[in-house]
Amino acid sequence: MESVVRLQRQLVDYTASLFQEGYLDEQFIQLRQLQDESNPQFAVEVVSLFFEEAERLLDELAKGLSQENTDFKRLDAQVHQLKGSSSSIGAQRVGRICIAFRNYCEMQNVEGCLNSLQQVRQEYSSVKSKLETLFKMERQLSAAGGSVSSP
Amino acid sequence: MGIKMQSQHQPVALRFHEQTGGKRKYTFIQAKRAWLPKFLLLWIMLMMLFSGSIYNGMDADNKVRRREVLGSLCEQRARMLQDQFSVSVNHVHALAILVSTFHFYRNPSAIDQETFAEYTARTAFERPLLNGVAYAQRVVDSERENFERQHGWVIKTMEREPSPVRDEYGPVIFAQETVSYLKSLDMMSGEEDRENILRARATGKAVLTSPFRLLGSHHLGVVLTFPVYKSKLSPEPTMNERIEATAGYVGGSFDVESLVENLLGQLAGNQAILVHVYDITNSTNQLIMYGNQYEEGDNSLVHKSKLDFGDPYRKHQMICRYHQKAPTSWTALTTAFLFFVIGLLVGYILYGAAIHIVKVEDDFHEMQELKVRAEAADVAKSQFLATVSHEIRTPMNGILGMLGLLLDTELSSTQRDYAQTAQACGKALIALINEVLDRAKIEAGKLELEAVPFDLRSILDDVLSLFSEKSRHKGLELAVFVSDKVPDIVMGDPGRFRQIITNLVGNSVKFTERGHIFVKVHLAENITATVNGKSEAYLNGGSEDVAHMAGGYQSKTLSGCDAADERNCWDNFKHLIADEEFCFDASSKKMTTIQVSEQVTLMVCVEDTGIGIPFSAQDSIFMPFVQADSSTSRNYGGTGIGLSISKCLVELMGGQINFISRPQVGSTFSFTAGFGTYKKNSTSDVKKHNVEDLPSSFRGLKAIVVDGKPVRAAVTRYHLKRLGIVAKVANNINKATALCGKNGSLTSGMFQEDIILVEKDSWISGEDGSFNIWQLDWKQNGHTVKLPKLILLATNISNVEFDKAKAAGFADTVIMKPLRASMVAACLQQVLGVGKKRQQGKDMSNGSTYLRGLICGKKILVVDDNVVNRRVAAGALKKFGADVKCVDSGKAALEMLQLPHSFDACFMDIQMPEMDGFEATRRIRLMEREENEQANGESNEGNASKREWHLPILAMTADVIHATYDECLKCGMDGYVSKPFEEENLYQEVAKFFESKPISDS
Repeated sequence: MESVVRLQRQLVDYTASLFQEGYLDEQFIQLRQLQDESNPQFAVEVVSLFFEEAERLLDELAKGLSQENTDFKRLDAQVHQLKGSSSSIGAQRVGRICIAFRNYCEMQNVEGCLNSLQQVRQEYSSVKSKLETLFKMERQLSAAGGSVSSP
Repeated sequence: MGIKMQSQHQPVALRFHEQTGGKRKYTFIQAKRAWLPKFLLLWIMLMMLFSGSIYNGMDADNKVRRREVLGSLCEQRARMLQDQFSVSVNHVHALAILVSTFHFYRNPSAIDQETFAEYTARTAFERPLLNGVAYAQRVVDSERENFERQHGWVIKTMEREPSPVRDEYGPVIFAQETVSYLKSLDMMSGEEDRENILRARATGKAVLTSPFRLLGSHHLGVVLTFPVYKSKLSPEPTMNERIEATAGYVGGSFDVESLVENLLGQLAGNQAILVHVYDITNSTNQLIMYGNQYEEGDNSLVHKSKLDFGDPYRKHQMICRYHQKAPTSWTALTTAFLFFVIGLLVGYILYGAAIHIVKVEDDFHEMQELKVRAEAADVAKSQFLATVSHEIRTPMNGILGMLGLLLDTELSSTQRDYAQTAQACGKALIALINEVLDRAKIEAGKLELEAVPFDLRSILDDVLSLFSEKSRHKGLELAVFVSDKVPDIVMGDPGRFRQIITNLVGNSVKFTERGHIFVKVHLAENITATVNGKSEAYLNGGSEDVAHMAGGYQSKTLSGCDAADERNCWDNFKHLIADEEFCFDASSKKMTTIQVSEQVTLMVCVEDTGIGIPFSAQDSIFMPFVQADSSTSRNYGGTGIGLSISKCLVELMGGQINFISRPQVGSTFSFTAGFGTYKKNSTSDVKKHNVEDLPSSFRGLKAIVVDGKPVRAAVTRYHLKRLGIVAKVANNINKATALCGKNGSLTSGMFQEDIILVEKDSWISGEDGSFNIWQLDWKQNGHTVKLPKLILLATNISNVEFDKAKAAGFADTVIMKPLRASMVAACLQQVLGVGKKRQQGKDMSNGSTYLRGLICGKKILVVDDNVVNRRVAAGALKKFGADVKCVDSGKAALEMLQLPHSFDACFMDIQMPEMDGFEATRRIRLMEREENEQANGESNEGNASKREWHLPILAMTADVIHATYDECLKCGMDGYVSKPFEEENLYQEVAKFFESKPISDS
C-alpha cells in the first residue's frame, strides 16, 4: 500500500509539472474525464492516435518542405491538422508553434517554415516522451493496485 | 475536449456615424446667422428714417400753417395800412382842392391861417396817419419881396435862417396847429421836400418822400405833397403847363413809426409777429420806414406784402416775420418717437426670435451628434464586451483546468478550501461572461428566438431539479405547478424560456433562507378571470376535493410563510384549481378549447419568501449590474445581470416582467410570454412523446395526499395527475383515515387507494399514535384488498426521522422534494414494481445525468477531418451513452446521410478540406428539402403520417463570435457547441431539439 501511495504521489506531481511547464493544458484533463469503466483506456488510445497522426504529418511536412516548389497551401492544411490534434489532447506547446508555423506558411517563408518544423519536432518529441512516461507511471500504478482516475 | 483551436478574431468595427456638414439641413435663418446683427442694424436705421419722415411730414404741415397764418396777418396789416394811408391821401387831396377853391378862385381868399388851422384841426380825425398838414405857396424870386411884405415875415430855410436867394420858394403860409412851427419855412429848402414839390407839380399827383427823420418828433416819417394849381388845367396838361399853373403845395407828414404802431396795436396777434415797412424805391438801398432794424426775429419765415400808397414813383413793402422761432412740434416728435420705439421693439423681437431659433437649432444638432455618439459608444461597448468576454474565456479555461488539477493533488484542508474557492470564483466568472455575451447579443439585436414545439412542464421539472440540491440544503420548499389549461406542447424558444426560469428561480434560491419557492404557470387570461372573481361559479361545480381542502387550513401559501403577492395565496389559488377541476372533468372540452386559439399567453410566477427587495431599489432592479444594494453582492454574490437579461428575453417573447416585493417578506416575479400552440399533424406524435417522457403504467391508479397545506397538496396532486394518477386530498391523517375507511369498507372498489402520500409536516404534527391506529384500522377493514403503499414526502429528512418514519410504517419509500413527475414516477416504480426498470432516481440533480438522459441511445454522426478530434468528440458523446458514428469528411457525411437514415443528430466540424461544414450542411438541407417536398406531395394524396426530414446539425467550433454563429444558422445548422464540450453548453444545445423534436424511433 505504501508503494501505491508513493506512486500516486509521483504521478500527481509529475502531471502537475507537465501542466506547470506548459506541455499540457486543461484539454488533457477533460480528455481524462472521458475515461470511465466502459472505456478505461480512452486517453491512452487518443494520445497514441495523436502520436501516429503527428508523426505522419511531420514526415509529410518535412517531405513537402524539401521539395523544390513547396505547396504552401497543402503545408498550411497539414499544420492546421497538427494544430487541431495537438490542441485536442491539450499539447499546447505544439499547438502554439503551429500557429507561428501557419503564419510562415501564409507568408510563404521557407526558412521560417523549416525553423518551425524543427521546433515542432522538438516539442513533439518532448511531449511524447513526457506523455509516455506519464502513461507508464499510470500503468505501474494500476498494476500496483491503485486507481488512476481518483487520486 | 476541444477539437480544434479556431480562434478567428473578428476585427471590431465600430460604427461611428460621422456626421458630415453637408448632411445638415440648414434653415434660412441658420444660413444667414452672421447677417443677423446687420439685419437688426439695418432695421433700426430703416425705423429711424421712417420715423424721421413721419416727423418731417408733420412738421411740414405745421410750417405751412404757420406760413399761411403769417401771410394772412401780414396781408391784413398791409391792406389796413394801405387803406388808412389812401384815406389820408385822399383827404389831403381834398384839402388841396379846398385850398385852390377857396384861396385862389375867391378873391379875396376865403382862407386865412386861422380858418385853415381850425378846419384842419377839426378834420384831423379824417387823417389819422398825418401829423399835420400845411400849405406852402409858390413864390418866385421876383415876387419875394412883395410876398414878404404882404405877409410881414421873411422866408426862412428849414434851419430857420432867412432864406438865401433862389429861383423859387415854397414858404408855408397855412399850417395846422400841430405843425405850426413850419410856418414861413421854405419847403423848397429841404432836400426831400424840394424834390417832392418838383415831382408833385410835374405829375399833379400826390407824391411821397423817402422816409426821413421828421423835424418835430424825430420819428421816421414821410412827407406827402399835393400840388395846387391856380387855374383849371387842360384835360391833357403838359408838364410845363402844370409847372406854370402851380400855385402852391399842400403837404402832410406821416409819422409812420408811431402811426403804424398805433394801427398795429389795434389788431390781434400783434405780439406774435414783427412788422417792418420799407421804402424799396431804390431796390439796392432799402429804407426802413417802420420797425427796429436790429430787432431779432425768426428770419427763417418771412412774408412780404406790397404796399401801394398811391405814389407810383415810390414803392413800399411790408415785411412780417414771427417774433419767435417756430415752437418744436411735440406731437410730431412724440408720434415719431413712438413709431421708432415700436419699430425698435419689433426689430428686437424678431432678432431675438431669430437668435433663439439659431440657438435651438444649434442645440438640436449638437444633441443629435451626441446621440449618435452615445449610440456608437453603446455599440462599441457591446462589441467590446463581446470581444473581451470571448478573450477572457480562453485563459479562464486554463485557470479552471489548473485548479481542477490542483484539487486532484494532496492538499491541506486550508489549501483545498482556497483552491475550491478559486475554482468556484472562476466558474462564476465564466458564467458571468456568458451572461454578458448573452446581453451583448441581445443588445446588438443578434438574438432571435426560435419557434419550436417543446414541453413546458418537463423544462420546469428540469430547472427545479437543478436547484433541488441547494433548496434541500437550505430546507426550502421548491415546487412547480402548471395549470391544466396550459397546453402540453407549445411553440417557442425552450432554451430561452429555461434561461428565464433558471434565472428567476436561481435568484429566489439565492435570496431565500426559509420558506418556499413556488413556480406557477397559468394562462394569462385565466389569472385575470380569477382575480376578477368571475370563476366563482366554478366553485359550485368543483369536485368535493376542493371542499375537503378548504376547511381548517391555517396558512395560505405553499410553506405557510407569507409571500409578497397575495394573489398567490390559497384564496385565489383554489379558484384556479376549482376551475381546472372542472375543466379536467370535461377533458375533452379542454382539448377543443385550447386548440381553437393559435396563440397562448402564459403567466409565470416565481414566488419566494426571501429577503425581498428594498423599496428604494425596486425601480432599478432590471438594470444590468444593479443589485438591491452593495451589501447584496457582498452577502449573496452575483452581478445582477441576470434580471436584465430575463427582462430582455421576456420582451422578445412579447411579454412583460414585473414583480411585487416586500422587504423581509419575499418577492414574487411574474412575467407573461406569448407562445404559439402546437399544431399537431398527428396526435400520435404527442402521445408518443408523453409516453416516452413519463411512464404511463400508473394510469388509473388512485392516491390520497395527506397535507395540511392546500397549495402544496395541489402541487403534489398536479404531479400525480401528470402520471395519470387520480388523487384526493385530505388535510390531516384523520380525515384521510375516514376517507379510506369509508371507501375501503363500505364502498370498496369505488375508490380503492393504491398509494397514500403523506407530507412530512402532517405526519410530524399528527400524533404517531393516531397514525398507527389508522393503520391498524385499515388492516382490519381492508382484509380483502391490497394494502395501499405509504409514501412520505419530505423536503429534508434526518436519519433519525427516517428511522422513525420506517418504524411508523413508511417502509415503502420517502420521496424527496422538490417533486418532479419523472422522479415521482421512478419512486413509484420502485415501490409498486411496475413499469420497466429505468436508471432513474439515483441522482437526478446534476446536469450530466440529464445530458445522459437526452443523448443516451441517440445515433449521432460526428464529422471531422482530424482523426484525433474525431476520436475525442466521439468519446465525449459516447460517455453520455450515444451511439456514435464517425466520418472524416463532408463528402462521407453526405453519403452516410443519404435518406432514409437513422441518425438523430450530426456534429459537424466547420473547417474541413474539400467540403467544409457549411457546404456539407447546405447540401444535406437541400437533400432533405427535396425529399420533404416529394413526401408532402404524396401525403397530400394519401395519409398524413409522413414525417419531415430535418436532421439536427450542430457546428463544433471554438468560436463564439456572432458572425460565425450567424453563418451557422444561415447555412441551415441548428446551433453550435463550443469546443471544449462543456456539459452545460452541450446540454442546452442538445436539449433544444431532443426535447422539442421527439424522435419516435429511438
